[in-house]
Amino acid sequence: MTFSGDSGTLGALADLGEADEAEARTPRQRGKRFGRRRRREIGLAYLLILPSLLIFGIFVFYPFFRNFYLGFYKTPPFPGLPTRYVGFDQYSNVLTSQDFVDSLKTTVGFALLTVPAGIILGLLLAVLANQQLRGVGIYRTIFSSTIATSVAVAAVIFGTLFNPVVGLLPWIGIDPKPPILDNPNLALFGVAIITIWQTLGITFILMSSGLQSIPDELHEAAQIDGAGPVRRFWRITLPLLSPTIFFAVVVGSIFAFQTFGQIDILTQGGPIKRTNVLTYFIYKTLRQDSNDGKAAVLAIALFAITFVLTLIQMRVLEKRVHYGR
Amino acid sequence: MAASGRPKARRIATRALRYLLLTVLAVVVLFPLYMTIVNSLLRPSQIAARPPTFFPTHPVWGSYSDAWNAGHMGRYLVNSAIVTTIITVGQVATAILAGYAFAFLEFPLKRTLFLVFLATLMVPFEITIVTNISTINDLGWFNSYQGLAVPFLATGFGAFLMRQAFLQVPRDLQDAASLDGYGHWRFMSRVAVPLARPAVAALSVFAFLGAWNQYLWPLLVTKDEKYRTVQIGLKQLRATSIDQVNVTFAGVIIAALPLVILLLVFQKQLVRGLTAGAVKG
Amino acid sequence: MARVVFEHVTKRFGDVVAVRDLSLEAFDREFLVLLGPSGCGKSTALRMIAGLEDPSEGSIRIGDRVVDEVEPKDRNVAMVFQSYALYPHMSVRKNIEFPLRTRKVGKEEREKLASEAAHTLGLETLLDRKPAQLSGGQRQRVALARAIVRRPDAFLMDEPLSNLDAKLRVQTRAELVELQRRLEATVIYVTHDQVEAMTMGDRIAIMSDGVLQQIGPPQSVYEKPGNLFVARFIGTPAMNTVTGPVVPEGEGLAVAIASSRVPLPAPYAKAVGDAGLTGVVIGVRPEHLTLASEGLLPATVSVVESLGHERHVICRLEDGQMVIVRQQSSEPAPGEGSMVRLATDLHHLHLFDVHTEQRIEPA
Repeated sequence: MTFSGDSGTLGALADLGEADEAEARTPRQRGKRFGRRRRREIGLAYLLILPSLLIFGIFVFYPFFRNFYLGFYKTPPFPGLPTRYVGFDQYSNVLTSQDFVDSLKTTVGFALLTVPAGIILGLLLAVLANQQLRGVGIYRTIFSSTIATSVAVAAVIFGTLFNPVVGLLPWIGIDPKPPILDNPNLALFGVAIITIWQTLGITFILMSSGLQSIPDELHEAAQIDGAGPVRRFWRITLPLLSPTIFFAVVVGSIFAFQTFGQIDILTQGGPIKRTNVLTYFIYKTLRQDSNDGKAAVLAIALFAITFVLTLIQMRVLEKRVHYGR
Repeated sequence: MAASGRPKARRIATRALRYLLLTVLAVVVLFPLYMTIVNSLLRPSQIAARPPTFFPTHPVWGSYSDAWNAGHMGRYLVNSAIVTTIITVGQVATAILAGYAFAFLEFPLKRTLFLVFLATLMVPFEITIVTNISTINDLGWFNSYQGLAVPFLATGFGAFLMRQAFLQVPRDLQDAASLDGYGHWRFMSRVAVPLARPAVAALSVFAFLGAWNQYLWPLLVTKDEKYRTVQIGLKQLRATSIDQVNVTFAGVIIAALPLVILLLVFQKQLVRGLTAGAVKG
Repeated sequence: MARVVFEHVTKRFGDVVAVRDLSLEAFDREFLVLLGPSGCGKSTALRMIAGLEDPSEGSIRIGDRVVDEVEPKDRNVAMVFQSYALYPHMSVRKNIEFPLRTRKVGKEEREKLASEAAHTLGLETLLDRKPAQLSGGQRQRVALARAIVRRPDAFLMDEPLSNLDAKLRVQTRAELVELQRRLEATVIYVTHDQVEAMTMGDRIAIMSDGVLQQIGPPQSVYEKPGNLFVARFIGTPAMNTVTGPVVPEGEGLAVAIASSRVPLPAPYAKAVGDAGLTGVVIGVRPEHLTLASEGLLPATVSVVESLGHERHVICRLEDGQMVIVRQQSSEPAPGEGSMVRLATDLHHLHLFDVHTEQRIEPA
């Protein structure tokens, strides 16, 4: 299964048509006298999906739906007191609060800082490493190397490199006061750089496989038609890569909304909540304030954003498929 | 690209320029990792010295044993290995079973249930933590391997991937096997799974990567080094060895090394897994 | 070996009837071919014998046993698939042994049987290869070996030659028949290729739209097609069929084709008259037509196709109906565009009711 814009799992819902096809392909209309054999097959099927369904039921759907319920109840200021039913009040209070709006702005800003820059960089590396040059394989390995790093690894490395005492930034003349990660105006930017670097490997791999799926003939045809390398990039490569890029934008945005580790290790949402992205906000609400009700409402908001992004992706993919074929 | 009329010198210059560009970018990408290695081998005073040391002429290896023992990185690594193994094996197993049902069997509500599986892809784990923490507490699994692993033993993505792979298995093979007396279990283990090996490998690597890199959940359900995974351990190490940056860096290398090895050994499957499933993450 | 019997078998997929009220017997040691265009129900019929599909109505017997309640694996039939259905990850040897593994056959016995089967099909040197390393013909032989190793009561073959190239197909055809004779096997063979059916089958059962059209030895099916479908399906080039109204001609009857009259021989005229038919379809095989100046029907030569040893002259009648004449290449070729007259010996005529499409036998 190689990647292309329309084979991603988010496109999987559209793929459901195929399930019908599969059913039509093996129509098994057995007479009543075959009940036993048929029943065995059905029993086996349910047995096979049961383990997954159990996990989904307990750890995905139950907590997901319980969020809506929790959102109706206000968590008491002191543990031990009963929760209080407040209906939709909590939803409206939380979702209109300055903290939430700020957090949302921060998260969107973070996505805007990381996603386009990451994709452009990844694309640049992919295009450069996709040339017919001797030894280009080494460069490919290097460019994809950051997939071996986790968020925590990247955060700790950069946290130290950005450090005003032991880090290298001051030495090369970048020495803002206060230092980057403590600077209200720069902290988000600093975390964004770390994130771009950490995700560069996967973006590079994604863009590379997108590039490789473009048939050589198209480039050769354009070359014969007299298009130079730059023109070929804008007229052939980029349009044909657009599904991959679109996919990367959507998925990158969904990931950006789930950013957590970098923040937890480096800034804890600060300074003055300037890096208080949504997931960290949920975590803090849950952990420090033990406010389940509020955390549930925030989680629903996060879900809504993810859901909308997914819908956009599916809608656009569907269109592309319809026009394309 | 190389027009025949173009002078040779210019062609060479173009090529040199490309290499230069590639090399500069490679240095930029690798620099943070390189400095991590260098710094892990220096004494704290050397790290803070200016101009910086870019090559450890007298490497000090003690930082690694400090990180491993005093910093508990060894313990964290074992925890991560255990949890990651459980999750990977579990995810692959549940995905094979469910994928087989969706690909080879007919049963009532098949479409609906498949939709349910796909719907799980729309629910990021972050959204479920509020309740999942209490569930884990109620089960008495706080600070335990079960608590770390069980919520991740099944994924809609894995079932989807395996179903797609199984659908590639020719229908005739299943018919031939059933004539030869092979029931579903034996057909699954002897024919379907061996034929879907690339997908199994991709899913394994993908699951491993996801489990190894987990951060939020281990942070929520562990409280000490007995069960803390390496990602959380790294945070802990950084906090406790502020005056020993070399130890922090050594810890980073220890934390990253398993994935580096994995990347080198399973490069192909990794790329396949990542590109096939970049969505779920 | 054993006979295989269909008794009033109907198979429905939802609203679609794939096989309708099929009654048919493949005799012990017979090579029976199920022939028909794709979607005619022949493969479904075969799969029902194997137990891969269950009949909606009716029942199937293998030997003297009703197998409707019997699992596929216990029916003791072997199947050769169009795709060969070899397990790609197993060696040739493993593939051949595969059916024995579930049958509690000991390891030594298994190896012996597999070696025998491999020997029968000349696969000894290929035993350690994987299917991907074999040619199409070799794969086909592995599929056969896997089928014979079980010593089944009947072999079911679903278009087993259609993935081979033309030359190999001709050769394998003969080999398959040889094998069937040697093993004294009951073979039920599904194909859409009427040449395969004619050359291989002891009898041919022709199906269309889920309905059995005719069954009989190849020659009799060729000489006496029971209806228009069979007439047009068997033989290359296909039988010429022209339609026209029945008109009186002197004492007897004739068929009007444009401005010409084709007189019906007396026995046919009687049969047509007795049935009170107003229109008929005349069928003549291309090899039974000649170009002769005294011929009955004027026509224009539109294309001449030369095949080396023979030639097909494609003509248009006055009313535009197409007719093909098969000539030996030793005969003089007509020029394209030239006017010719078509002649035939009247006892080579086939006559069909224009409405029921059934064959009209001379009275």
